[in-house]
Amino acid sequence: MGLYKSKYTAKPLPPVDLPELRVVGKPLRRVDALAKAVGKTVYAGDFSMPGMLYAKVFRSTVPSARIKRLDVSKARALPGVACVLTAEDLPDGKLVTDIPGQTGQKVRKGSLTSVLARDRVRFVGEPIALVAAETLEIAEKALEMIEIEYEELPGVFDPLEAMKPGAPIVYEPDNIVARWKIRKGDVHAGMAEADLIIENTYRVPFVEHAYLEPEAGVAWVDERGVINIRVSTQVVEHFRSIAKAVGVPQNKIRTIGTMVGGGFGGKEDITVEIFLALLAKHTQRPVKLVYTREESMMSQSKRHPFIITHRTGVKRNGRIVAAEIDLVADSGAYPYLSPYVLLYAVVMATGPYRIPNVRVDGVAVATNNPFTSAFRGFGGPQAAFAYEQQMDAIAEALGMDPMEVRRINYLRTGDTNATGQVIESAAWLEETATRALEALGEKEPDRGSVKIGRGVASYFQSYGRITWLHDTSRAWVGVELDGTVVVRSGVPDLGAGQVNSLAQITAEVLGVPLDQVTVYSTDSALTPLAGTSTATRQLYMSGNAVYQAASAVRKVLLDRASKHFEEDPKDLDMAEGRIFVKHNPEQSISLAEMAQICAAEGLPLSNLALFRAPFTDPLDPENLQGRVFPDFTFGAQAVEVAVDTETGEITLLKSVACHDIGRAINRAAVEGQIEGGSSQGLGYALLEEYVMEEGIPKTVTLSEYLIPTSMDFPPTKAIVLESGSGKGPFGAKGIGEPSLTPAAAAVANAVADAIGVRIHELPITPEKVLEALKRIK
Amino acid sequence: METKVVTLHINGRTHQIALPPNRTLLQTLRDLGYTDVKNGCEKGDCGACAVLLNGKPVNSCLVLAWQADGAEIVTNGGLGDQAHPHVIQEAFADAGAIQCGYCTPGMIVSTKALLDRNPHPTDEEIREAISGNLCRCTGYVKIVEAIKLAAERMAAAKEGR
Repeated sequence: MGLYKSKYTAKPLPPVDLPELRVVGKPLRRVDALAKAVGKTVYAGDFSMPGMLYAKVFRSTVPSARIKRLDVSKARALPGVACVLTAEDLPDGKLVTDIPGQTGQKVRKGSLTSVLARDRVRFVGEPIALVAAETLEIAEKALEMIEIEYEELPGVFDPLEAMKPGAPIVYEPDNIVARWKIRKGDVHAGMAEADLIIENTYRVPFVEHAYLEPEAGVAWVDERGVINIRVSTQVVEHFRSIAKAVGVPQNKIRTIGTMVGGGFGGKEDITVEIFLALLAKHTQRPVKLVYTREESMMSQSKRHPFIITHRTGVKRNGRIVAAEIDLVADSGAYPYLSPYVLLYAVVMATGPYRIPNVRVDGVAVATNNPFTSAFRGFGGPQAAFAYEQQMDAIAEALGMDPMEVRRINYLRTGDTNATGQVIESAAWLEETATRALEALGEKEPDRGSVKIGRGVASYFQSYGRITWLHDTSRAWVGVELDGTVVVRSGVPDLGAGQVNSLAQITAEVLGVPLDQVTVYSTDSALTPLAGTSTATRQLYMSGNAVYQAASAVRKVLLDRASKHFEEDPKDLDMAEGRIFVKHNPEQSISLAEMAQICAAEGLPLSNLALFRAPFTDPLDPENLQGRVFPDFTFGAQAVEVAVDTETGEITLLKSVACHDIGRAINRAAVEGQIEGGSSQGLGYALLEEYVMEEGIPKTVTLSEYLIPTSMDFPPTKAIVLESGSGKGPFGAKGIGEPSLTPAAAAVANAVADAIGVRIHELPITPEKVLEALKRIK
Repeated sequence: METKVVTLHINGRTHQIALPPNRTLLQTLRDLGYTDVKNGCEKGDCGACAVLLNGKPVNSCLVLAWQADGAEIVTNGGLGDQAHPHVIQEAFADAGAIQCGYCTPGMIVSTKALLDRNPHPTDEEIREAISGNLCRCTGYVKIVEAIKLAAERMAAAKEGR
């Protein structure tokens, strides 16, 4: 239908004042890169210990049943089996599936579940028993000797069905896991004022994280009686929930994280930790547990399927005057982070637009599907798929250019979003969208039955946790007597460069080369707790904590150097391992010498800092009016596609993503996030669906569940803008999750642009294209 | 299960070990301490366990150790170390091609095999050569750049530049 113009031109950016820095912003080789390149980095599944046992998990094969009989006696009797545990052995074995906490927030009702199923299973893959044996082969054999009889119960596999009266109850009291509402302005008056009301329903499927590293860990009890768990996790703070589940004090569990082989939210919830801790405690021997790929895919969380209905009231001039949005999320068999994912989707449901009158109703519903929880974007990509297609549908209905409709309605700094939160940082929505479109260049012409289309999607996505969770991060920075630097921070590194960012920030503040900084991370006992590597929060939170700690050490050094040089501290600077007088750089002293002077005089050469996000009170769930997040990242993605109207085949021709990331700490790492996030978003758009049939997963290998290969998509061009307006160190925002959010909507808009009919459901497959074309014929 | 003594030449070291017939080369390598060979799926779907078997790239999860009796095996760790990294390893680090790093050893093995037979590959040939190696982090953009960088550096070294 050619909704989009064939060419867009971006306006110049507003002026920003970004001082040139020495280390920050440079595309330096990441501190973790070479060890990973040569295979030196040791991942969670690579550890072995003397006398180690091998564990396996016995899991349910039916989605909804009562366990009539469970007999593990034959497995226990098998030579070489050290331990078999069932729910009977764990009278208090409760697992908190709620949001991982650092500050003892209230735990949501219904979020406690059994570590091992006691008498009822609710999804395929639910853990029922644990085995530890001398070899993996014996453990596998023991699993086969566990006898179980189920009495199958009616299940419910569709969230809409699950909300109906008389539907099977997945767990008490009913299937409603969470509800959130936004009430802003007067939506009825707003709709009455509208010239046109546009209504559409959008659907997105289950999606698998498909990190390359399956869940893994090793646990052992040490001489202090502490259960140590070396594990691939996004959250070392889970040690508290693990302690509760295992029944030991919190100071008797230590979580030692490893470099994570991909997380994307899938290693945000507890995975192997409790099983390992229980088996180590019962056997008093080291135990290793590594999931197989099928087990990982079958038993771990998925991205929430959503059904999202938009009803938007617009004026003829393109102004949106009212929005009514209903969201239904499939929470699966246990709550986990569903209430929070739903909250994010509800808050972002309107998109980055000024809408005076808003009603949003979100509900998360229990089913006998796999549990759904965190996945990069955390409700944001689902919301964006709907709101950005809705923007194009509005443009089409009004006969306007889609960029013009967006431009009229975009949020600007100082505006309030749907929850009434003021946008405090730069909101470069038009800037990013037009740059992404512009970079697509000239549109290719149609080739017979192959139609070319392009589409854009803008988004806003929070970085940092919900402000009523009272988020904090700690970091320790110290200078050694030879001028080298040590950082201690509990941050888990998922591969996004979390550790490297802390090193680059510290190197900048203390004026040392990057290779002079050593970072110790992700140990719940020995590194200061930095919170979760989730919610696009680590650069913002731990970056600020490290900045604070390094700045405090810098102040000590410069104050002492000011006496040494008889110069004011503000006339001194630090670079390349030296402290020098700015107006006369020849006058300098090495960091090592100054550190030795400070040490001899008993001055503190280290600092433990605590960074606090803004703290707010919880909002009224009936209207959600107030601050929910510290701040937002803004950006856009534009794509060009070719759609063969005879075969339905969709080929991605070009992809450009433009994000304002505030300030790049490491430019290559930022681009890497954008390119990788885009790839996951394009997979979401065109390839990925975790298929369930009546609760039975059908895509549990990487040959059935297709993630993008090197052959599927052209590279996404990353355009990195720096407004310097973020709340992170040096004005940085976050990019981990935002990089994924707009891709699927952009593709959907491009397909609609190409073929003249809109596909409201992911993934956009050739079958759906052909079906959609049939509708208009 | 009946075992057989198998001789494996791995990264220049020789191992003789008694193994049952169903033991894969992947399990064997990892049990021997070559944990740079990653286990991602054990189905040949992901490429994380790729090694060079007599110079040819294979998914070691799809090869039985018995089949590798007498073979020369090179893992990514055998190409270089932190003090003396292989040109390809260094290029991956320099190009920002490494995020979580779990696919990296297999990627580099596939790259080595590619550049051994085709020192000047096109983008398309690069993408084809690594199409059996899944990466969930990078979108392959900087991996392709790293392979081009490695090819350039190897060519430059050959010409003595």
